[in-house]
Parts: sequence; C-alpha cells; structure tokens
Amino acid sequence: MHTVLQVDNVEKYYGSKGNLTKALEEVSFRVDKGEFVGIMGASGSGKTTLLNCISTIDRVTGGHIFVNGTDVTELKGNALNRFRREELGFIFQDFNLLDTMTAYENIALALSIQGKKSREIEKRVNAIAGQLGIAEVLQKYPYQMSGGQKQRVASARAVVTDPMLVLADEPTGALDSKAARLLLENFTYLNDQLSATILMVTHDAFTASYASRIIFIKDGRIFTELRRGEEESRRSFFNKIIDVVSLLGGELNDVV
Amino acid sequence: MLFKLSVKNMKKSMKDYAIYFLTLILGVAIFYVFNALDGQKAMLGLSQSGYQMVDLMVQMISLVSGLVAFILGFLIVYANNFLIKRRKKEFGVYMMLGMGKGGISGILFGETILIGILSLGVGLLLGVFASQFMSILVAKLFEADVTAYTFTISAAAVQKTILNFCIMYVIVLVFNAFSISRYKLIDLFQAGQKGEKQTMKNTGLAVVVFLLAAGILGYAYYQVAYRPETVTMERAALLIAMGCVGTFLVFWSLSGFLLKLLQRFKGVYHRNLNAFVLRQLSSNINTAVFSMTVICLLLFATICAFCSGMSMNNSLRNALREMTPADICVQKLMSLSAEGDFSEAQRENGEKTVLEALADMGFAEENLREYVEISIYSTKELTFGAMLGAYEEQLRAQFPFVNMNTTEDIVGVSEYNKVAALYGTETYTLAEDEYLILCDFSSMANMRNLALSGGEQITIGAHTLKPRFAECQEGYLVMSASHINAGIVVVPDAVIEAELGGTLSLAEHFLAGNYAAETKEEKQTIENILLAVPKETAKEYVGFDAETKISIYESATGLAVIITFVVLYLGIIFLISGAALLALKALSESTDSKARYEILQKVGADEKMVHRALLEQLLIFFLLPLLVAVVHSLFGMRFVRFILSVFNQGDMLASVGVTAAILLVIYGGYFFATYYGSRRIIEEK
Repeated sequence: MHTVLQVDNVEKYYGSKGNLTKALEEVSFRVDKGEFVGIMGASGSGKTTLLNCISTIDRVTGGHIFVNGTDVTELKGNALNRFRREELGFIFQDFNLLDTMTAYENIALALSIQGKKSREIEKRVNAIAGQLGIAEVLQKYPYQMSGGQKQRVASARAVVTDPMLVLADEPTGALDSKAARLLLENFTYLNDQLSATILMVTHDAFTASYASRIIFIKDGRIFTELRRGEEESRRSFFNKIIDVVSLLGGELNDVV
Repeated sequence: MLFKLSVKNMKKSMKDYAIYFLTLILGVAIFYVFNALDGQKAMLGLSQSGYQMVDLMVQMISLVSGLVAFILGFLIVYANNFLIKRRKKEFGVYMMLGMGKGGISGILFGETILIGILSLGVGLLLGVFASQFMSILVAKLFEADVTAYTFTISAAAVQKTILNFCIMYVIVLVFNAFSISRYKLIDLFQAGQKGEKQTMKNTGLAVVVFLLAAGILGYAYYQVAYRPETVTMERAALLIAMGCVGTFLVFWSLSGFLLKLLQRFKGVYHRNLNAFVLRQLSSNINTAVFSMTVICLLLFATICAFCSGMSMNNSLRNALREMTPADICVQKLMSLSAEGDFSEAQRENGEKTVLEALADMGFAEENLREYVEISIYSTKELTFGAMLGAYEEQLRAQFPFVNMNTTEDIVGVSEYNKVAALYGTETYTLAEDEYLILCDFSSMANMRNLALSGGEQITIGAHTLKPRFAECQEGYLVMSASHINAGIVVVPDAVIEAELGGTLSLAEHFLAGNYAAETKEEKQTIENILLAVPKETAKEYVGFDAETKISIYESATGLAVIITFVVLYLGIIFLISGAALLALKALSESTDSKARYEILQKVGADEKMVHRALLEQLLIFFLLPLLVAVVHSLFGMRFVRFILSVFNQGDMLASVGVTAAILLVIYGGYFFATYYGSRRIIEEK
C-alpha cells in the first residue's frame, strides 16, 4: 500500500526553558492511500496542534513529517506554499467560505490559485459539484445556503484540486445532527468513490465512527488506535469508540 | 477610571487610525497657517498697495475659512461616527459588565477631549512653525523685503483655530451621545459576531442604473461644456444636482456593472485572485457609495480649483508684459451732458484736457517724456445693439445680462494710430467708407464677430460705413492686466470732421505717455505725485481715471498671489479630507476582511499573492473616485474657462502638470499609508 502520510517521532514544545509545555511527544503513525483516519482526543490533548504541524501551518520542534515522500518539515518559502496548495486540501469547522463570493467562485478559487485555466476550472468545479450534490447552489452566496450546503461546498473546495491528503478540523462542529450526518456520508463518498485520503480531527464519537481507523491522543501522546473491521457495522464501531473514550476519561464524556 | 479607559483606547487606536489623527493635525495646522497671514504683514516692508492686497487676501481667506471649517467638521463628525460604529462590540462588553450608557458616553467624551487637545496642540505647534516659512513666502511673492524678522504667533489665529475646532468637537460629542442612546445591547453583541450584511445587488439592475447614471452625467457634461452660455444660476444649480446624483448612481451601480462585465471574460476573472479582488472591491464599494461620492466630488473641486487657479495666475503674469506698454494712461469725461447732476466746478473742469487736469493736480507736463492725447466721441445712434444689426434680438435673448444700449466709443483712425505708435501695437489705414472694431475681450468679440462677418454696415449721420475686417482686431486704449477691451469703433478722420457738432459729440479725452525717468525709483517718485492727489480733488474731474504700469503690476501680482493662496488652501483641505475619508474606509474594510485574507492563505495562496490582491484592490478603490473626478474635471474645466474667459487662459498644460504632481504626492501618500496599514492589519494575528 502506498504511504501518503508518515509522522515520525514528532515533538512540539511551547514556551521557554523555564515554562515548557509539551504539546506533542513522540507521535508516530502512518496513513496509507485511500484511508479515512480519525484523530480523537479531549480539548488540550494536542490533536489540533498535530493537524497544524501536518498542514505546515505550525512547525514541529523535533521529528519529521513525510507527505507522499516529501519531508514537509524541511520545506521553506515558496516550496512550502506550493506544497500546501497542491498536495493538501482543508476542511474547517467554520467552513471558511468567502462570504463575498458565490459557491462556484469559492470552489474555483482553489484552482485559480494553482494557476489553472478557466476552461479546466469550469469542468472540474461542475464535476465535483455534481458528485457532492451542490450543483443547484453553485450561484448562491454562503449566506443563502444551509449549514450542510456550506460544509459540502467547503468539502468540494478541499478536494477539487485532487490533493494527496484532505485534512478536516472538527468538520461537524458547527452543524446540527442531520447536516452532520449528511456531511459525513459525503466524506465516506469522497473516500470510497473518489479515493480521497482523509485525516479528520474530532472530539465527537459519532463523527469519528465514520472513519476506518481512529488514533486516540491523550496529553500529547498516542494513547491507542482502533481499526474498524472489514464487515463491522458503524454501530458496533461506535460502541468500541465510546469504550475507549470512557477509558480516556475526562471531558469526552460530554459526547454521550 | 473611565478616563483611564479613554487613554488606553486612544493608545490602542492611535496605531490603527494614525491616518485620521495625522489628517486632524494637518487640518489644524493648515487652518492656523492661512489664518495667521494677518499677523505676518507687520514684519514685512510692504508698499501701500501691497498692504491693501494682503488685507484683501486676509479677508478672502477668512471667508474661505468658513467653508474649510465646514469641510473639516464634516470629516471629523463622519470619521468619528464611523469609528464608533466599529466599536459596538467593545461597548457591548462594557454594558454587559454593568456600565450605563452615561458611562460609555463618558468614555467617548474623554477620548474626544483627548483627541481634541492632542490634535489642536500638535497642529498649532506645527502651524506656528510652518507659518514662519509662510511669511517668507508671502514676502517673496509680494516682492517685499523682510525688514526685521521676528518670530510671530498670531493670537487671533490661535483663538480662531481653537474656537472653530472646539465647536467641531462639541458637535462630535452631541452626535456620539445621540448614537449611543439608540444602541441596544443585543445589537451591540451581534455587531461583533457578524460583519455588515452582504448586500449583493442585482447585477441586471446595476447595469440599468449605470446606464441611467451615464445618461444623466452625459447630459450635464454636454450642457456645461458645450453650451456654457445657456447656463443660468437656476440651471447651474440643477446641473450641479444632476452631477451629484449621477456620481452617486455611478458608484452605486459601478461594482455590479464591473462584475457583470468582467465575469464575461472567464479567463481574466478566474486568473489568480482576480475573482477575489473584484468581489472584495465590490463589497467595499457597496458599503461606501456615499463616502465615495463625497470623495469624488471633493477631488473634482480640488482639481478644478488647482487647475484654474494656477492657469489664472500664469496668464495674469504673462499678460502683464504685453498689456502695459506705457507708464501711464489717463481718461476723463469731456463736455458733460446738460441733464447730469454736476457742480459748477465739475462743469468747468469738464472743458479741460487731461493734461490741464493733471497740471491742476500738481503733475507738470515736464514729468512726461512723451505723450499723446486723443479724443473719443460717441453718438446716441450707435449703441452696442445697433452694431450687432440683425443679430441684436437673438443675442439679447441669449445674454439677458448684457446691456445692449450703451453707446460705442468712436475714435478717428489717425488719432488711434498715434496711441498705437506709442504703445508699439499695430496701426491701421481705412478707406473713406470703412470702419473697424478693436476688441480683445473674447466673449464680446465673439458677439461682434457675428455681425462683422455678415458685413454689417453702420451709419453715423450721413455716412454709411462697411467693416474693413470680418472680425475684431487686437488693440486697446486703456491699459489693464487682462484683456477686457469690450470694443472701440475706429472710423476715418473725415467722418469725425464732418459729423462733429452734429450727430457726434466729444465724450472723453484720453492720454497715454511715458514718464521722464529711467530707473524704477525715479518712476516711483513721479508716480507718487499722482498718488498724493487727495480723493476730493480728483472728484472735481468727472470720470478721471489713471492707470499706471506700476499700479497694474502691483495689483496683478497681488491678485495672482491671492488666487494662488486661496486655491492652495481650499485644494489641500479638500484633498486631505477626501483622502483621509477614503483611507479610513479602506482600513476598516481591511480589518473586517482579515478573516477573508486568512482563508485565502489557508486555501493555499502565498503571501505574495495575498499582498498583490490587497494592492490591486486598494489601488482600484483609490483610483475609481479619482478617475470619475478627472472625467468630471475634463468637462467642468471647459465651463470654468468659459466663466473666466476674461483671463485669457493660454497655457493650461503647466497648471495641469502642477495639479497632477500635488495630487500624486498627497493622494499617493495616503494610498501608500493605507496599503501598509492594511498589510499590517491582515498580517497581525
């Protein structure tokens, strides 16, 4: 199996010598092509820090992160920018759609930043919109759309560039339960049908249960890992997640 | 406690609104500098007429200062109102913590007082130093010697500045208290959460409105620029209103129109961040239609004021040389009419020649090295209207203000040639049945040329004369700083000889001559004899009027300087007010759009792309009002030229160049300050 992401002994410290906070310690794992991986942990566990390091928004203190064979901790300046826009796709909790632009323009923006021609942009935007069922809202502005539609537009923007890895930070955080379910089914679709590799950070067990593998983080370290069986139902996977969550203790209880 | 908060807020916002504070300080300084001119004259060794000119200038400036105070007041109230709106969330927190509206008003009161004291203090200090340079400039322009340089502070100007700005700040306080009293806590909180609601305009409607606006402006342009003679006071007001409405509609619809247009070119629209820039721009413009209109009109006023002021200045100076060929010219009414209410002495003096009158006043013939004295005749038969012949009715309707019943000045050709020879201007010969008209006042000449080109014949008693030339000739008798000779009819000598005592009567005597002196000082000594003549004495000689080269020079340079000063004063205030408004608007938009720029970076745009997008967006935002103002000016200037046609504005190019340079420096300065300020805003975490 082709390895898309390899996190190798990553450390991240904040603060100075006197007052050191270890946000991440000796974190190592791999994600293969076509996987849908969830990262779970309580607030403050370091999961968002990890995502930021992978997405090159933040820099690691030690260790290496390889995306598709490239060591992103070594990238600088323009190479870093190019890497970010060509290899990664982002889906954010608060959608991060530009309120001044239509859905079409929001999705197209990711492609025009890459310097694609308008003909190709049109083709790809329409294709992805059809697949995600947002063809009819393409000419609408974000304020005219429902939360679920906005999140799907955001997903479309993340995958329209065919990134190696899609990073999602609490994608269901701002959605009601129906919209959340719709979105997660979309993720499954992206993962199954478009074979997108997805790395999703969440503290919500229900959301996590859509993933095929879950990495639990506690106090900056990997606590354990859960893999969903080939034939296992989402319900039983959900129960296993809840078990680990109760083992982890702490604030995650609010989920149930 | 509240005051502490005010001080903290000030410090915090200093950085963000440095442009606003700077503009306030500049405004105060400029206000002081121009109003302090009065105090500067004490130290200058000015001549008598120079003094009068400075006095006139001070009067003009104090008049204009009213307008300036209004503009600055508008800027302050507007900017303040707008800064308050941006702090709704902060006020919400205060109210949440239990502070009453009185408390919030108290904070704002403290801030306004602080800003007021700071801007007044720094501005006055700056103004006092700047005005020292100003007095040197004034001295140079009035060709005065700085007799004793003293560091002067004009108490009157300080008082006036403080008073004016205090009034403005009090108005601000009232406005603040009013807007605070209307706020509700829930609105204050929601204001922080969501930015201004996006009002996306129907692009189809925008296109229609844009075309409508273009139509309105087009009509106003046409009327003003190509049919200026039909513009009366009422029509002018209407056209100005149309211009304002048209400008407003242009900005209202412009972004929608541009979007619609550019979206058709998908290749351009979706290249790099163009779509983002355009959308951002259109959202900026949509929330700033009113301020953009105001800014555009201010820029328009600035351009027109600068251009016309400077070209008037230039033409005044240029005209001087060719318009004052002799040292002195004097005219005087002769053989006063029986109906007039004149005293015995006046009637007696009415029979004297100019030279005799001068001798009476103590100005001996020996003072003139050379001179010519000629007679000017008139007849009731030959009025301005009669000269126009068939065109009289038409022109009378077109120019209701022109008096068609004035009698024409008639001069014999050989007499005129004597004066022309002295002046060094062109001389003429006429056949027995010919006449010609001397006129260099262009709007009058235009009317006269209609009749002349039609070969209009005139009758003086038994003589009928036809025009020698198809248009008016250059030439004049009375010297003046500008071309204002409305018309002199030159006829053959034989006509005068034959008709004198019959139809023609002697109306005036005219004398032109040069002083018997070589140096400037000697000439001034001779001139002083005339200046010493008491006004009462001169009154005994009806219509006695002397123009001298020296007095024309002094008043013309004075006039030129006054125009330059007033124009600079108004123009700079307009410019900084407009630019500051625009800069404030753009900066606050950048604060609002911070999240959008962050998204851009998250989606993968690098720093360079984001900076370029910001630069492009701000550049267009600043250029649009300027562009519309320039188009307005292209047509507006034609009208200004028409009104000021007295001042033969020859070379506009130089004035346009200077205007462009001033605009570039001030407006460009504000633009760059805004760009770097915005960059700092979107980059800070």
